[in-house]
Amino acid sequence: MAKKLISVKVNGRVHEKAVEPRTLLVHFLREELNLTGAHIGCETSHCGACTVDVDGQSVKGCTHLAVQCDGSEVLTVEGLASLAKDGGALHAVQEGFYKEHGLQCGFCTPGMLIRAYRFLQENPNPSEAEIRAGMAGNLCRCTGYQNIVKAVQYAAAKLQQTEKVNA
Amino acid sequence: MIPPAFDYHAPRSVGEALSLLGTLGSDAKLLAGGHSLLPMMKLRFAQPAHLIDLNRIPALRGIREEGGDIVIGAMTVENELIASPLLRARLPLLAEAAKLIADPQVRNRGTIGGDLAHGDPANDHPALAIALDATLVLEGPRGQRGVKADSFFVGTYATALADDEILVAIRVPALPAGTGWAYEKLKRKTGDWATAAAAVVLRQGAGKVTHARIALTNVGATALRAADAEKALLGQPLSDATIAAAAKAARAVADPAADLRGDVAYKTAMAGQMVQRAIRAAAARCA
Repeated sequence: MAKKLISVKVNGRVHEKAVEPRTLLVHFLREELNLTGAHIGCETSHCGACTVDVDGQSVKGCTHLAVQCDGSEVLTVEGLASLAKDGGALHAVQEGFYKEHGLQCGFCTPGMLIRAYRFLQENPNPSEAEIRAGMAGNLCRCTGYQNIVKAVQYAAAKLQQTEKVNA
Repeated sequence: MIPPAFDYHAPRSVGEALSLLGTLGSDAKLLAGGHSLLPMMKLRFAQPAHLIDLNRIPALRGIREEGGDIVIGAMTVENELIASPLLRARLPLLAEAAKLIADPQVRNRGTIGGDLAHGDPANDHPALAIALDATLVLEGPRGQRGVKADSFFVGTYATALADDEILVAIRVPALPAGTGWAYEKLKRKTGDWATAAAAVVLRQGAGKVTHARIALTNVGATALRAADAEKALLGQPLSDATIAAAAKAARAVADPAADLRGDVAYKTAMAGQMVQRAIRAAAARCA
């Protein structure tokens, strides 16, 4: 079971690593790169705590092999703040979750944030029903989702405002 | 959580993938979206010695029109089905029903071909493909052959796909204007497999049903075509009586497995309910 050499850009930085083919992306990120924001909440691909952005799409890092990411661009929660459009300390989705109390224990939050980041590009002005459906791949045990909906709405409004200012 | 070790191959063409499959034989599995295979490997239900990744073969992707058919590359992911303007116009049943499959992340990876080739009776595409009279295009060392969805599913996790073949495309006749369609899926929660579901394609003329295809999800060892339910409608006006007769005929072919989603009686009854709802929803879309 020979290791494979992969080159993957994570949060803007290229990493060249030899990986065992069976290494899951989430383990590669957490154990090889020490990016421990992405979490593991299940082994059946339901919870979405491991969600990261791979080549512009939300992907559950527990159901993707690191070896499949050769040549890919990966964004994890640790890379989110640097993408703040207004030059602030936090990205709009991070600020929204903070302002609207969209987290308690924080275990689902990195996956929620990365999913919300991509979802708001797919649908910049979502209805509440669209937010709930768009975030359906992410489970949360603390919040009851209500404040997460508000957090995403906050981020959507802020992103649109920033867009107007920049335009 | 921890899959067993395996060797990984990433061919760049169908020919290369077929030759790997021929060389490695039954020790190898094709890796598509990986959202059924990897979960099974993580639980050690499946322990292939080799994975042949199809994700770097561009010829297996994309949705195009050929004559009156829509041809969908097997590696087309679920969210691409939802977003496709061509499908929304010509096969809206597929574009809409894909929204009921899994969740956004899974739909970024899971492919229509993988959903079909898995042969899981709980998957949604098998019944959809039967209702749409799709043809599955299989490529092997001796070339391509087409198998109707209607005869592709032979058992739980068992299909007409041979060990040395790859499902390369799904060919579906575009729905003629005025065709009604529906997929009614009963599920415990968003992202779950169906307790029971029904796919219906319907056409009417002069107040009577002129075309009906009805297929059932997760109420048998495979997806099921409910041919007697179709016969109960064909040539008849749609009424409470004819719809009830179709549902009764659908319940008669249902042979569900009891599990946490319910017992045999419940799933059978729900199959009938889903058929009734799907017929009514399809009829409302007929023009």
